[in-house]
Amino acid sequence: MSSISNDADRPGAIDARPVRHPGRWVAIAVIAVVVGMMVNSAMTNPRWNWSFAAEVMQQKPVLEGLLKGTIIGTVGAMIIGVGLGVLVAVMRLSDNPVLRYVAFAYTWFFRSMPRYVLLATMGSLGYLYPVVDLGVPFAQSLGLTFAQLDVNALSRGLMFGILGLGLSEAAYMAEIARAGILSVDKGQSEAAQALGMSPGQTMRRIILPQAMRVIVPPTGNETIAMVKDTSLLLAMSITTELFFQTQAIGTRTLKIMPAYVAACAWYLIVCSVLMVGQSYLEKYFGRGFGPMPKKTKQKITKIGADH
Amino acid sequence: MARPMDAPVLVRAINVTKSFHGNQVLKGIDMEVRTGEVVVLLGPSGSGKTTFLRCINQLETIDGGRIWVDGDLMGYEDKGGVLHRLHDKKIASQRRGIGMCFQRFNLFPHKTALENVMEGPVQVKKTSKAEAEQRAIELLEQVGLGDKPAAYPAQLSGGQQQRVAIARALAMDPKLMLFDEPTSALDPELVGEVLKVMRDLAAKGMTMIVVTHEMGFAREVADRVVFMDGGVVVEEGPPSEVIGNPQHNRTRAFLSRMRQEEAAHGRPPTTVDLSDVPAE
Repeated sequence: MSSISNDADRPGAIDARPVRHPGRWVAIAVIAVVVGMMVNSAMTNPRWNWSFAAEVMQQKPVLEGLLKGTIIGTVGAMIIGVGLGVLVAVMRLSDNPVLRYVAFAYTWFFRSMPRYVLLATMGSLGYLYPVVDLGVPFAQSLGLTFAQLDVNALSRGLMFGILGLGLSEAAYMAEIARAGILSVDKGQSEAAQALGMSPGQTMRRIILPQAMRVIVPPTGNETIAMVKDTSLLLAMSITTELFFQTQAIGTRTLKIMPAYVAACAWYLIVCSVLMVGQSYLEKYFGRGFGPMPKKTKQKITKIGADH
Repeated sequence: MARPMDAPVLVRAINVTKSFHGNQVLKGIDMEVRTGEVVVLLGPSGSGKTTFLRCINQLETIDGGRIWVDGDLMGYEDKGGVLHRLHDKKIASQRRGIGMCFQRFNLFPHKTALENVMEGPVQVKKTSKAEAEQRAIELLEQVGLGDKPAAYPAQLSGGQQQRVAIARALAMDPKLMLFDEPTSALDPELVGEVLKVMRDLAAKGMTMIVVTHEMGFAREVADRVVFMDGGVVVEEGPPSEVIGNPQHNRTRAFLSRMRQEEAAHGRPPTTVDLSDVPAE
């Protein structure tokens, strides 16, 4: 102990040379050149026609398509998809063999159908069933019909499209929710049971809130995929939708590319907003699992050198 | 603290059997636990003591025999000699009077300590939130965690988590408490704080069945020790007899193994009475 008791001899704060990363500077140079070329081309090639693209983005039919087909379509389809998906997942894990098989058959069918094909088929259901009677089965002659649905009219409506996308989404969400439920430790349901909670209470209060932590990130993925899949609504002849409307302007004015750029820009904006929402959800459902890692903001000075 | 041996029987198990995939873990267990009694189940791992404990509150269903808790036949209804399996909700209500603490604590990680303790009363007994909260704070104080109501389980040490788990079980006002190796997952220096809470609980007259390897706790607190091995009860009696003067070879072999381990791992003598361990 005596040999290092003198303060002057003891090592102090570390002031070392950082490790050099010359590769990063090379990468920055390459990226700068490529980005410069892209910006140059975008600014000098008049066919990009940015001002027209910006104009297209603000056209009334485009905004209407964005709001109804794309945003309401996504929200509606995801509400159906998540709600029904969690239900199917719970059925799939149930003790009741009937529910298990039904859930399996549901997932099997809707996962096997391409969305475009599913929507096109649903859009043509009016051919099979022009009118659907709601009432007691086999009792039409007795007049026990409560309401009649005109399938031909319905099948061209946005609601039907949302239903189609939602049914398809539920099959994928069911698998995501099942993975989430299975990820929760078995001790959790035992602890809840030991308190005298019923199976339903255990699922609602204990298992699902913890499963959400695992369910949210892939659900964000699904939601963003759904934003883009709303462009498939055209298969049902639903035209109040972002891509169809921008494309229509493009073909009408023969300025195809700027119209596509307008569509791309809107999709980017909507998806960016959704990603922000997802990070809030993740924080909420991650409570109790330690502090979320603080976002380390990459400062430009840190690119060249790490301590 | 001598307990009257004429206290009413709270738990009665007769000829309980249980197999997992053809492997018989319980081979006909008979046991009676009277109100206010503290019974410690001892035995090597695989002896079936944890399984038997889990059968009492039906986390496992038994294959044969019967278990009654406070006069209720667990899991079944006897209608004129024919057993009918109870519905899940009925089983849930049978479990309400039985508190359980687990080896791995199993606190709800998405809820604070206070919310963990409130969950049972609010959801199951439909107690008002204000009332449940007040009681939960009292219980957290009772287990020495009055200053930690807002902590999430991940922010607590193992010993603190187990004490919250005890408070959570007590919040349901159980007539019986089951402890499944409550200190086995703890660092040695944290064992004492959990055992202290359990000892206080026993002193208050709680009926307890405890699976543990803490010989000191068994000796000091248990009214009766039951030694199990290979799915049967080998011997039982007051701790002074079963631990102090075991009659069966299997009990003797187990106890001497336990003593060797205690000596080898240098367990702190906070609760473990080492008076009969050969001095080194």
